[in-house]
Amino acid sequence: MSAGMSDVLTFTDRGIYCPAGDFHIDPWRPVDRALITHGHSDHARPGHGAYLATEGAAPVIRHRLGADITLETIRYGEERRIGRATVSFHPAGHIPGSAQVRVEVGGEVWVVSGDYKLAPDGLCETFEPIRCHAFITECTFGLPVFKWAPQAQVAAEINDWWADCAASGRTAMLGAYSLGKAQRLLALVDPGIGPILTHGAVENTNEVLRAQGYTLPRTLRVTPDLDPKHHMKQHGGALVIAPPSALGTPWARRFGAVSAGVASGWMRMRGVRRRRGADRGFVLSDHADWAELQTAIRETGAERIFATHGYTEIFSQWLASEGYDAKVVPTEFGTEDDSAEGDSHGDAA
Amino acid sequence: MKAFATLFTAIDQSTKTTVKTAALAEYFRTAPAQDKLWCVALFSGRRPKRAVTTTQLREWAAERAGLPLWLVEESYPVVGDLAETIALILPPAQHEGDASLTTWIEGLLEYPALDLETRKARILEAWDQLDETGRFLFNKLITGGFRIGISRKLMTRALAQATGQDEAAMALRLMGDWTPQSTSWERLIENPTPEEDDSRPYPFYLAYQLETAPGDLGNPHDWQAEWKWDGIRGQLILRGGAHHVWSRGEELMTDRFPELARALDFLPEGLVFDGEIVAWDGTQPLPFNTLQPRIGRKTVPKKLLRDAPVVLLAYDLLEADGTDLRDTPLKKRRARLDQLLEGLPPDAPVRPSPVIGFDDWEALAQVRATAREERAEGLMLKRLDAPYLAGRKKGDWWKWKLDPLTVDAVMIYAQQGSGRRANLFTDFTFAAWNGNELVPFTKAYSGLTDAEFNRITAWVRRNTQQRFGPVRQVKPELVFEIAFEGIQPSPRHKSGLSLRFPRMARWREDKPAQEANTLDDLREMLALYG
Repeated sequence: MSAGMSDVLTFTDRGIYCPAGDFHIDPWRPVDRALITHGHSDHARPGHGAYLATEGAAPVIRHRLGADITLETIRYGEERRIGRATVSFHPAGHIPGSAQVRVEVGGEVWVVSGDYKLAPDGLCETFEPIRCHAFITECTFGLPVFKWAPQAQVAAEINDWWADCAASGRTAMLGAYSLGKAQRLLALVDPGIGPILTHGAVENTNEVLRAQGYTLPRTLRVTPDLDPKHHMKQHGGALVIAPPSALGTPWARRFGAVSAGVASGWMRMRGVRRRRGADRGFVLSDHADWAELQTAIRETGAERIFATHGYTEIFSQWLASEGYDAKVVPTEFGTEDDSAEGDSHGDAA
Repeated sequence: MKAFATLFTAIDQSTKTTVKTAALAEYFRTAPAQDKLWCVALFSGRRPKRAVTTTQLREWAAERAGLPLWLVEESYPVVGDLAETIALILPPAQHEGDASLTTWIEGLLEYPALDLETRKARILEAWDQLDETGRFLFNKLITGGFRIGISRKLMTRALAQATGQDEAAMALRLMGDWTPQSTSWERLIENPTPEEDDSRPYPFYLAYQLETAPGDLGNPHDWQAEWKWDGIRGQLILRGGAHHVWSRGEELMTDRFPELARALDFLPEGLVFDGEIVAWDGTQPLPFNTLQPRIGRKTVPKKLLRDAPVVLLAYDLLEADGTDLRDTPLKKRRARLDQLLEGLPPDAPVRPSPVIGFDDWEALAQVRATAREERAEGLMLKRLDAPYLAGRKKGDWWKWKLDPLTVDAVMIYAQQGSGRRANLFTDFTFAAWNGNELVPFTKAYSGLTDAEFNRITAWVRRNTQQRFGPVRQVKPELVFEIAFEGIQPSPRHKSGLSLRFPRMARWREDKPAQEANTLDDLREMLALYG
């Protein structure tokens, strides 16, 4: 872009802002008009005057923030004029309904990635590269140590572990963020191994997504009247999917002998795996790994890159060494989950 | 390597000691003898001499992964382990091999005779044929430090289970100066010849911190009290015309403390003392920071010998006339110790650590309160009729340390942790007030719960004022109570002082930053306790 021209998006203490359209994207303090990339609580926050999100993301956002919010929906790829800006939403491959936001003002195109991954997961809409001049990218896993194995391989590891647990009379309990990771796991495990039980927080989200037409295997909600020990005797070999914060709590103890697993990109690091105190760590993330970040950035064709959320300093230094005009943008993504879930933002990872 | 990798994975994937012990015992039953012996050696801190530097490893790994060196070096502190970092960044293996653990180690043992290019070629070749776990273990063999959640106790138990032998006898056998090259599985574990190693120490008996009032220990006359010294716990062994000094971490330290050689001038052979090595001013121990420079020095310059001469303050006698005394009650061992050391001239390098007489717990509490003046950390309480046990056991020995010193300090910098705490802010710098200015005086990174670190991490993200690489300057708002064991003058630090064992005792959420302690408060503590 030429010198003197104002930026399409700016970075304020409320979040990413578009002066030409007078709206914010995923703001973390209340604003009049918010464009929301997806329903995770560090991106979709309460208190905004008006919300705009994809049709796929809207039901979960309403479920989490209340039916009374003012929420307009938009289809993937549909263009909408807001002030002097033209906006459109495009699949981010992070969770069902998740989007990147494309903003065009006077021929200058900026894209906000939200959270994203490139590899198809069999459940959500696959990431779509968008050409742009400036790309604002997350880099949660922006270090070369983060490399994801193909999903089929991780699925086989999880199924083997579940089958082992079933054979040895233990309950396999997987800790997974209740929106996104939990449903991805449901879609990739082999329901033939045994019954699948879900924590209430997971099952509430399942109901919302099933109503939208996403296909998930049969699950049984864990309620106070469900006697898990009796249930185990009847069905044996169950897999329980619960938020990571439920692992090791009295809620989890009702299942008797449990093998606890955690599915997250952080499980790539032995130290983090051990801190979580889980028996098994499965490296499965809804964020891009090191190689995917490079691919995504390259495919945008952008020269200006803004790194947010993650190993931003190191990642932007790397991009600069690769010839990009790279900067770090401070954001507060990844903070709300900390207080809400009592655990670090790694749970959404 | 595959069998060893499977063992490692089984151990690493479990948090339960029973599962780990069973996996190890299974390995000790089934693996080839030399692999088992190396396994025992590695898990007890014996490893092949390092044949390449970690700098070389980093450079070669960066080259193989096609990454700039700085990026590998930035990734390393996040992962917290160089062997793991390298294993994670390398491209996938090109072809598979299955050489045994011993073969890999024997390969490494040849390295010193090879030129650098050949070593590099061998390492790249190894990386090309090992999977991620195999590479991690191979890198660990090179960089050392096999700390993977296997305690000495756990390994001893697994060996005892696998061979049907007594655990205590096994523990003793694993001590000392052996290497897999100097012995065999048969000689060390299966069919040992007794007392072939004159330097072999006994397993140390370790005390727990007293959690209740000492009154709960019962009759004071059943107990012996001693000062708890702030030095280096060690065993002095006089056998076969030589002396040997072992640290509690089972490091042979004989050459580091040449003063102790003179023990042979004053004492007969066949003795093993347990005690504390301290720097000694002729009448009492010098502060720990005087002793500190001697810990790392394998050869000691004359000036250091003069400035920080050491003695062993002996408090237990484990062997006399070549006979193991560990089963005799403390009372008898101590009488024998006193008898041996009584009347030695003041320049003898072994001195008895005094026994503190007391009739009731109340009186002893008053003695404990004076520990800092005696240059001690508190008291040790030992049951008079107890044998000398192996390892950390509750019941007969207790540490009754002084309460730590504390100050309230303001957090001014935060940095992410590594390894277990890679994605959390856990390493903090704390400051005290000097007028309107906050002067940093200590770092601390332990003492809080994971839940607290999670909350602080969220807070740090919202309250970062400036970034200096990985370090974030934060709003000076959070106050923490810092506990520490000692305070010393330090011209190297802006505050002019340094703390011993600082840690966060608690997060003072009730306290505004303005009410934190001042540098003058710290200087006052320095004058009192420094």
